[in-house]
Amino acid sequence: MSASLATVSYIGAIILFILSLGGLSHPESSRRGNLYGMIGMAIAVLATVFGPRVSMAGVPWIIGAMVVGGSVGLYAARKVQMTQMPELVAMMHSMVGLAACLVGFANYIDPIAALNLSSAEKSIHEIEIYVGILIGAVTFSGSLIAFGKLSAKIGGKPLLLPGRHFMNLAGLLVVIAFGWQFLHAETISAGMIGLTVMTVIALLFGVHMVMAIGGADMPVVVSMLNSYSGWAAAATGFMLNNDLLIVTGALVGSSGAILSYIMCRAMNRNFISVIAGGFGSGGGKPAKKADGDAQPAGEVVSISAAETAELLREAKSVIIVPGYGMAVAQAQHTVYEITKLLREKGVNVRFGIHPVAGRMPGHMNVLLAEAKVPYDIVMEMDELNADFPDTDVAMVIGANDIVNPAAQEDPTSPIAGMPVLEVWKAKTSIMMKRSMATGYAGVDNPLFYKENNRMLFGDAKKMLEEVFAALKA
Amino acid sequence: MALMIGIPRETAAGEKRVATVPEVVEKLIKLGFKVAVESGAGDAANFSDDAYRAAGAEIIVGAPKLWAASDIVFKVVVPTPEEVGLMREGGNLIGFIWPAQNPELMQQLAAKKATVLAIDCLPRMLSRAQKMDALTSQAGVAGYRAVIEAANVFGRFFNGQITAAGKVPPAKVFIAGAGVAGLAAIGTAAGLGAVVRANDTRAEVADQVKSLGGEFVKVEYEEEGGGGGGYAKVMSEGFQQAQRDMYAKQAKEVDIIITTALIPGKPAPRLITAEMVKSMKPGSVIVDMAAERGGNCELTEPGQAVVKHGVTIVGYTDLNSRLAKQSSTLYGTNLFRLTEELCKTKDGIINVNMEDDAIRGLTVIKDGVVTWPAPAPKLPAAAAKPAVAKPAAAPAAHGHGGGGAPASATTTASIFGAAAVLFLLIGAYAPAAFLGHFTVFVLACFVGYMVVWNVTPALHTPLMSVTNAISSIIAIGALVQIAPPLSAGLDRPDGWIRWLAVAGIALTAVNMFGGFAVTRRMLSMFRK
Repeated sequence: MSASLATVSYIGAIILFILSLGGLSHPESSRRGNLYGMIGMAIAVLATVFGPRVSMAGVPWIIGAMVVGGSVGLYAARKVQMTQMPELVAMMHSMVGLAACLVGFANYIDPIAALNLSSAEKSIHEIEIYVGILIGAVTFSGSLIAFGKLSAKIGGKPLLLPGRHFMNLAGLLVVIAFGWQFLHAETISAGMIGLTVMTVIALLFGVHMVMAIGGADMPVVVSMLNSYSGWAAAATGFMLNNDLLIVTGALVGSSGAILSYIMCRAMNRNFISVIAGGFGSGGGKPAKKADGDAQPAGEVVSISAAETAELLREAKSVIIVPGYGMAVAQAQHTVYEITKLLREKGVNVRFGIHPVAGRMPGHMNVLLAEAKVPYDIVMEMDELNADFPDTDVAMVIGANDIVNPAAQEDPTSPIAGMPVLEVWKAKTSIMMKRSMATGYAGVDNPLFYKENNRMLFGDAKKMLEEVFAALKA
Repeated sequence: MALMIGIPRETAAGEKRVATVPEVVEKLIKLGFKVAVESGAGDAANFSDDAYRAAGAEIIVGAPKLWAASDIVFKVVVPTPEEVGLMREGGNLIGFIWPAQNPELMQQLAAKKATVLAIDCLPRMLSRAQKMDALTSQAGVAGYRAVIEAANVFGRFFNGQITAAGKVPPAKVFIAGAGVAGLAAIGTAAGLGAVVRANDTRAEVADQVKSLGGEFVKVEYEEEGGGGGGYAKVMSEGFQQAQRDMYAKQAKEVDIIITTALIPGKPAPRLITAEMVKSMKPGSVIVDMAAERGGNCELTEPGQAVVKHGVTIVGYTDLNSRLAKQSSTLYGTNLFRLTEELCKTKDGIINVNMEDDAIRGLTVIKDGVVTWPAPAPKLPAAAAKPAVAKPAAAPAAHGHGGGGAPASATTTASIFGAAAVLFLLIGAYAPAAFLGHFTVFVLACFVGYMVVWNVTPALHTPLMSVTNAISSIIAIGALVQIAPPLSAGLDRPDGWIRWLAVAGIALTAVNMFGGFAVTRRMLSMFRK
């Protein structure tokens, strides 16, 4: 295959990748989109393997590596629980990061790469290598820590070292200093010193950055690392003079960046302050009580599963607001059974999804889809927030901060301004919860004390099964 | 020792309600009380003695025995002197008392060393008191019934119809006063298909009127009419003149007027003059819900339905008794909620806790000492209207087209400026080959931005897994290093590079296969 043929194949692959992302604009077209992605990837890989830059001697190695990696990937894809998607995605980010590092090192020690380059071009090429490895290493270690946090192998509590901003700044200065040394290194082995020191610092920085971020901000972290893995691929593309990598990396990078932005906006948080860290949970960190007696007034009215069923049976329209607590209790299947029953009775049941419900963007939608909830009754927050006043029953399952009226009513609240689902505007809201404990943000929820709110205490799955049984009776 | 709750038969003429119903009796017994019901107490409301007995109540024949046996008596109507005479020394009484209007009754009850909770004295602003608010529950029933009474004597359909014989216009109903009774009347009349208009001196109820399907008619005069406690106040002369003009205009246009205007402690305001009645179409109907307090209409005769100037004026004062079963059920539930508050320990013993704002307000006599009127309740912190500096409203747009308001001009200008400087630097120093790639990079970022904003938020997780899969394109970097054709003759550490590249390929292959496979698995779950 000639070089030109390989290039056109790459263009084809690029188009297919863009179509693949474009397909995700609707669930109907998304399956085809995914197929486009696969075809694009196959074309890109085949065009490279049979292209001018790989000799046949490499093919057995390639096949061997592909088979090993591919089978691991397929196995993981088949076995993963949908609740564990964030962990899987974080793990995959770390693979991209590590691969970018490895390719960077290999490229540096490969004399062919620097062949026939002018001195300015050589400097640029070396900067590309340096930056590529830097991003790759941060992505790799950061994603590993994110994986640990998501799978609860590491506590969700932010680790706030004293003077952490100065540590990061010092690290950055060292990286720049060694970058200078690296650029002026005479031999490859001399350059390796700077490269290695930088890699170690970048790895530590990745660890430190994610450790400092609290559990509540994990959706932002996951999307941010998604973005980094894209930039790592783009940097590798610059290093290798490969437009396919640049374009793909840029697509992935901007996708991750947009998701991070959406997540930040959904929590009314500034991206910088999320990265600066320190917001979130771990072990019931008590909220700062604003001016002493901001304790919401009113009383908490609890309700039984049978009474909940009664309310649901009488309702004409119901909105269910699920949170991660539902997924933890594995209650989504029971939720679906209840939904099915109510829909058969002609009740208009819909689901309201807050952008940060769950542990990663869109996580709740996947969990509901897995439980066979039809996607056309699963709405985004903005699509149905206006409908709450016409809703008879709003049922909140295992969510807390995303339905907290304090975000709108109390300007002093730590979550003031965060967009929330206005469940309290429904005729009756039912809050399904284990206890009166606070959510991730550690903020008291005045919803509990609203007169039209009822609390259904207990394990979500058990309670919902009781509700279901009472509904069927 | 569990206390006995006694339910006497209501003795007032025409009164059909009863202070509790069998359904509520069960709940009271669950709270630990014993319940005694006078034989025949529920007959008028269609609750038989047997039904009470089945619910666990004891049936006692004759009022004297019942009053003697009861520790707590639940009443609906203000008790008569004879009834108070039957009451046990130091007993408890819960029901309507109207202490302001009935000073002698208060003295009589105090002499009995009684503890009296007047359900009409409930502090209505307390949100948790709403479940006990019998005034509201009874007014709601009366408002519903007022419309039914009007429909009964009105000679036409309420709803407009197109029949084979021709078109029937809908009835026009005007409701004066949009309190609880007025709102219930609005909802009922609108439900029957009438065109409903309503007016109230409190402008803030306009939204409630609209939400029930009514049209709010404004008085063209500026004055705020909220008098505290959910009632209206007396308005200025200028306002009243404007209001009269408005009523006169409505009287000419509408078929049915339902008046509900009451001002606490004062006779009902005269809203509808004889002139206005004359101006109404023959066959029209006025239902005066304020008849008991003198009536909103000049020509109302309390307790009667009369025809004057061709207009039927309904002045029934027993609208609740005309819907006795519903009224009793709601009233019984109100009293049950109050009992719950009094007996938090659920052991059948009441505790009249004077520290509790709601209970303090209700208690007009405690152990023979008159405690009415109660001091104004401390408003709960939440009710102290925080002059809400609304937190900046979150941007509404979401998901499509970049979202949010466009950035301010200065921000935009500074971003463009920074970009210009950056591009200038790159253009000045970077070699041509780099610029080519840079062009591609910048354009790709824009394409990515446009495409990704179009992704539906529901598919964000598949988006992440598929971007993960395609970022395995980095494999190409490893592929070209594994065995490049012109490695011969150069001093190349082949072994090192090969192992790095093989590791890179293996890692990216995990993503490549795993990412697409898991995306596929997820997407196949999304179905209608």
